[in-house]
Amino acid sequence: MNQQELREQENRCIQEQAPACAATCPAHVDVRGLADGIAKGDFASAYKLYRKAVPFPGIISRICNQPCQTACLRKDLGGAIEVAALERAALEFGSHDAEAIKPLPRKAKTVAIIGGGISGLTVAHDLARKGWGVVVFEAGDRLGGGLWKTPPDLLPREVLVNDLKIIESLGVEIRLNTSVGRSGGNGHSTFLARLCDEYDAVYLAVGPHSSDIPDLNMNENGQIAVDPLTFQTSLEKVFAGGDVLRTSVNFPTQEIPHSAILSISDGRRAATSMDRFLQKVSLTASRSNEGPYETRLYTNTDEIAPQAPLIETDLSTRYSREVAETEAARCIQCECLECVKNCEYLRHYKGYPKKYIREVYNNLSIVMGTRHSNQFINTCALCGLCAEVCPTDVDMGEICHNAREQMVEQKRMPASAHDFALQDMAFSNGEKFALAHNAPVGSRCEAMLRTYNEFVFFPGCQLSGSSPEYVEKSYAFLREAFDNNVGLMLRCCGAPADWAGRKELFANSQSEFRAEYEKLGKPKVILSCSSCYQMFQKHYPEVEILSFWDVMNEHGKFKKREFSAPVTIHDPCSTRYENHIQDSIRDIIVKMGGEIQELPLSREKTECCSFGGLMWLANKPVAEKMVQQRINESQLDYVTYCAMCRDFFARKGKRTLHIFDYIFGEEKSDLAAAPTVGFSQRHENRARLKEKLLRELWSETMPEQSAFESIRLVLPDDVQNQVEDRLILVEDMQKVIEYAERTGKRMFNASTGHYLAYYKPTSVTYWVEYTPQDDAFLVHRAYSHRMEIGMGAQK
Amino acid sequence: MSQYVDLSAYQGWACADCGEPLKPGKVDISYLGNSFPVELLKCPKCGLVFVPEELALGKMVEVEKALEDK
Ligand code: SF4
Ligand code: SF4
Ligand code: SF4
Ligand SMILES: [Zn+2]
Repeated sequence: MNQQELREQENRCIQEQAPACAATCPAHVDVRGLADGIAKGDFASAYKLYRKAVPFPGIISRICNQPCQTACLRKDLGGAIEVAALERAALEFGSHDAEAIKPLPRKAKTVAIIGGGISGLTVAHDLARKGWGVVVFEAGDRLGGGLWKTPPDLLPREVLVNDLKIIESLGVEIRLNTSVGRSGGNGHSTFLARLCDEYDAVYLAVGPHSSDIPDLNMNENGQIAVDPLTFQTSLEKVFAGGDVLRTSVNFPTQEIPHSAILSISDGRRAATSMDRFLQKVSLTASRSNEGPYETRLYTNTDEIAPQAPLIETDLSTRYSREVAETEAARCIQCECLECVKNCEYLRHYKGYPKKYIREVYNNLSIVMGTRHSNQFINTCALCGLCAEVCPTDVDMGEICHNAREQMVEQKRMPASAHDFALQDMAFSNGEKFALAHNAPVGSRCEAMLRTYNEFVFFPGCQLSGSSPEYVEKSYAFLREAFDNNVGLMLRCCGAPADWAGRKELFANSQSEFRAEYEKLGKPKVILSCSSCYQMFQKHYPEVEILSFWDVMNEHGKFKKREFSAPVTIHDPCSTRYENHIQDSIRDIIVKMGGEIQELPLSREKTECCSFGGLMWLANKPVAEKMVQQRINESQLDYVTYCAMCRDFFARKGKRTLHIFDYIFGEEKSDLAAAPTVGFSQRHENRARLKEKLLRELWSETMPEQSAFESIRLVLPDDVQNQVEDRLILVEDMQKVIEYAERTGKRMFNASTGHYLAYYKPTSVTYWVEYTPQDDAFLVHRAYSHRMEIGMGAQK
Repeated sequence: MSQYVDLSAYQGWACADCGEPLKPGKVDISYLGNSFPVELLKCPKCGLVFVPEELALGKMVEVEKALEDK
């Protein structure tokens, strides 16, 4: 993913788009913010937001036709938010009487505004604030134009007069009783021509009057032609807006739909253009979403209960503080956050993808300085749930995965982030575990008939680590189901390297696999681990794969089990789009007599157990939150079909079964509560599994042991937990002690009788404090660090 | 980094090989091309160094993380 693609992803996240109300409001009042302020009793900040969008808050809040309400997401859930009533409340309880607006220092140029109605006054307001000189020409004897036609009980005259004072306070020059005639004066043929000569720009806002202005081009509807973006007319200096634009010379007497807020919006937009015109900069650069538009924001309202306003409301209703707060609280506070609501990790960092993607982008482009997002990038479980729930398919997993690959390429990946898992993978692909054999030959005749097996079973490293006996049993089942035509391949699928962004390491493990696979005659690969399945799907298009669970469902003979209660299924996140596997698992449970109650988030919406993407290793606190969220979703026993999911849930005390527990487990023991298997034991289990299978099925023996393997350790329970937590393996401690005892390099404490020694097999230095005990060593503690003793370390 | 450990708390330790009690001395600790002089206990004869657990799991991890993110 290059930088441009990253930018595209960022733009796809719609969280920062305006809510429907603000987008539909021609002046873009931040209704959501206003409602939020009022709901919290903060009328002052609500008023500030309103005032920012609307120059004449007293007037508009009393006469606005509220187009925002037509788009409000509350509309069908009790009725649209009573926006204007809230605006009036913000004004009443949140504004200060004497409001001083400070214009910028006076600039040299001056504009003329023709028409003292709401639109002309908006332009006067905006340009005067920016420091331009402003002269308003009004044909009548007072400012306000059509506003005076509004019934006084709707728009009290003191409110009107008060708001109009804002204009005077800005130092705008007002010329009343000056109408725009055809006669120019001052040597000009028309009034407009004269103003163009005398002023630097002109705004034409004569209201709903005959728009026959001889100097300006008309459009095909008989209306003044303006550029829809800038409101510039055919005369460069002249801009037009408000009701005059909606009046046609073809139908001079026709009533036009007047909207005060639309006139304000026209004025604001024209003022922006005129300001740019006066500054001699581009009128069109980066202008978007002005005027009413349709927002791209998505807001899920499934969980929102209908609720009507407390009291019936129209434009004359005045709310008390309490009623206003209650009404404001009905606002849904529209936003997207679909992904954040469903992912503990995204929630943890308190942002949302648009922001996160920007941070990832910055993190990748830093040349000097601290990369603050390294851990963020390494924490994602790469599970794909965000993409599934996102209305625009933003996939943070893909983004983080890609960022990891780039970090590795830039040599910026923290060494400590994934090392432990990569070592584990190296172990599984080393001689202690890796194996690729055709099925043990049953008879001479079979040996003559078959050079290669049609299938090979690939149980994966994790099931072999936690439940090696199930690997044996499932292999036996497969050989029986397929007439002994199934080989066996023990190794790791390479997922840790892929998740860690180590392309090269992954490619190496791929070519190792391919070499073995070709030697076996390219059999169909039967996979029981869903992470393996996902890796094969993605990275080995040429290899024909089958799910063990589909095979089991089709060929297995299931005995009924005792189910004391319904069970719920946790689908591993790597099966998200493998419907057939999810179905097979459910079939199998039902065949054994189980009753299933689905979790709210299952199948394509399932969550990750924190194993995915190596989240558990990169960020333990977040990983634990993730597990906690998942196991809190149901009181029932969980059944899953990934060894790691089972492990992570059970470790946090959730009663969880691997489906193999039903199929091959002892009926009498409570397997849902069975203890989990530690890291060292997983290595041990894999090595023993290989040794046993070699001996029993192929009459072969394991290669020689290394010297350190004969070191016997005694680990009290607390030390056992300590080393597990610190990711220190038995073999690491064996190596330290073997080295210390062989070389004599160790320290001694006479008062405790303890020895202390350290050793650095590759990049981590391990320390062990121990006491020799008969033919073994009692370990008191172990710890490690990556910093090196001495000057040696190179970048 | 030395100020993060109180060396006097580890006085009982001696080098098993040389039989010498460990003494405070300058040691370089390095990571990713950055080196820091630290005062630690070591064998005055053969130079065997003692890194206490609190240093390894405390300040050292902090410095490792900071350097890895640079
Ligand atoms: S519910 Fe609130 S935020 Fe959503 S559209 Fe209505 S007023 Fe705007
Ligand atoms: S689901 Fe998440 S990523 Fe997608 S648009 Fe919403 S906030 Fe953005
Ligand atoms: S953990 Fe899963 S849902 Fe959360 S951001 Fe990563 S891929 Fe998306
Ligand atoms: Zn010594």
